[in-house]
Amino acid sequence: MNEYHMEQGEQGRRCWQRQAPPLLCQQLPDSGSSCHPTPGSAILMQSLEMDLFGDLRRMNKRQLYYQVLNFAMIVSSALMIWKGLIVVTGSESPIVVVLSGSMEPAFHRGDLLFLTNFQEDPIRAGEIVVFKVEGRDIPIVHRVIKVHEKENGDIKFLTKGDNNEVDDRGLYKEGQNWLEKKDVVGRARGFLPYVGMVTIVMNDYPKFKYAVLAIMGAFVLLKRES
Amino acid sequence: MNTVLSRANSLFAFSLSVMAALTFGCFITTAFKDRVVPVNIHVSRVTLENVEDFTGPREKSDLGFLIFDINADLQPIFDWNVKQLFIYLSAEYSTKSNALNQVVLWDKIILRGDNPKLSLKEMKSKYFFFDDGNGLKGNRNITLTLSWNVVPNAGILPLVTGSGHISIPFPETYKTPMSY
Repeated sequence: MNEYHMEQGEQGRRCWQRQAPPLLCQQLPDSGSSCHPTPGSAILMQSLEMDLFGDLRRMNKRQLYYQVLNFAMIVSSALMIWKGLIVVTGSESPIVVVLSGSMEPAFHRGDLLFLTNFQEDPIRAGEIVVFKVEGRDIPIVHRVIKVHEKENGDIKFLTKGDNNEVDDRGLYKEGQNWLEKKDVVGRARGFLPYVGMVTIVMNDYPKFKYAVLAIMGAFVLLKRES
Repeated sequence: MNTVLSRANSLFAFSLSVMAALTFGCFITTAFKDRVVPVNIHVSRVTLENVEDFTGPREKSDLGFLIFDINADLQPIFDWNVKQLFIYLSAEYSTKSNALNQVVLWDKIILRGDNPKLSLKEMKSKYFFFDDGNGLKGNRNITLTLSWNVVPNAGILPLVTGSGHISIPFPETYKTPMSY
C-alpha cells in the first residue's frame, strides 16, 4: 500500500507541551481491497470451510484468466472510485480518518470525515478545515477562528482545536502566523463515526493488515464464481 | 452448506447492511432541516486599545474589549441526529486593508442533554479581539453574529447563523470606554 501509513503511528502519539495533540488525520488507502471491507470479509469467511485449492484444480485455463481479470477489476474499480472522488470534491484526500483528540467532543479518534475543497467556496470563521503545515507530513483538522481577506481574494486565517486551550500558532512553522488557501487540503462536510477504526487497527498492526490483504487476495483469485 | 461459519457470515453481512441503512436514514431525515433560531445579542461596553499583538504578529494593532449579553433558545435545533452544537460569537467588519475580517470572540460547546437555553449576562470575550492592523478605531460598522456548527451523530456538518445580529460603531479614541 502506501508508505504514508507507516509513519503516522508514532507521530500521532507525540505530545505537545502547551496543548493536546493536534487532530491529525490520515488518508485512506488509495488502492486495493481494503476499500471494500464488507464483500472482502464475506469472501474470507465463506471460503474457510472449503478446501483452498479445490476450486482452482477444477478450473480450466479460460476460467483462470477470468479469475485474474476479475481480481484486476476489483482493484481498478476501487482505484477509480477513489480518484473519481478526488476529481468530484476537488480535495486531494476526500476521506480522512481522525487520529487524535484535539477536536473532542465533536470528533474522536477513528471517526471518518468527508472533505470538499471547491476553490470558489470561501473559507469562513467556524468552518472545520484540514490543512498541511510545512515540515509535517500528516494533515491537521481544526476550526477556523480568524479570517482576514483582501479585496483581491487573498486570504489568511488562524485555526484552533476545539479541545485545545490556545490557537494553532505553536503548531505552524516557526514564525508562521497565518494559514493561506494553498495550505488547505479540504473542508469537513460530512461525518461518520467509528468507521475509521478499521484503518487505524490496520496501521497499528501492519502484520494483521498484510495477512488480511493476502487472504482476501488469495480467495478472490482462487475461488470460483458460483 | 448451513455451517456455523456461513450463518455467522450472513448474520454479520445483514447486521452491517441494517446499520448502514439506519445511519443513512439518520442522515437523510435531518439533512435538509432548517436550523435557524432567533438570537438576541446586546453589547453594553466597548473599549479600544492599540498594543503590540502578542498573540502572534508582533505589530501594533487595534485590540477591542467587549462586554456582551446573549439570549437564545437553541432547543429547536436539537433532534435525534445532533450530537453537539459548537456555538460561536463572531465579529465581522471591513477595513481599509481587508475587505472582510471575521474574528471569533467567544465560543461554547453544547452537548445533547446540556441546557440549550443561553442566557448570558455581562460576558467578556474568550479570545482577544485583535484586528489585522489598525482598522477598529472609529470603525462604524462592526457586526456581531451568533452562529453554530451542528455536529451530527452521522451526516453533514452545517454552519448556521442565527437570525438577529447587531452592528455597533467603535470608539474614535483609544482607552475611552464607550457604553451603549
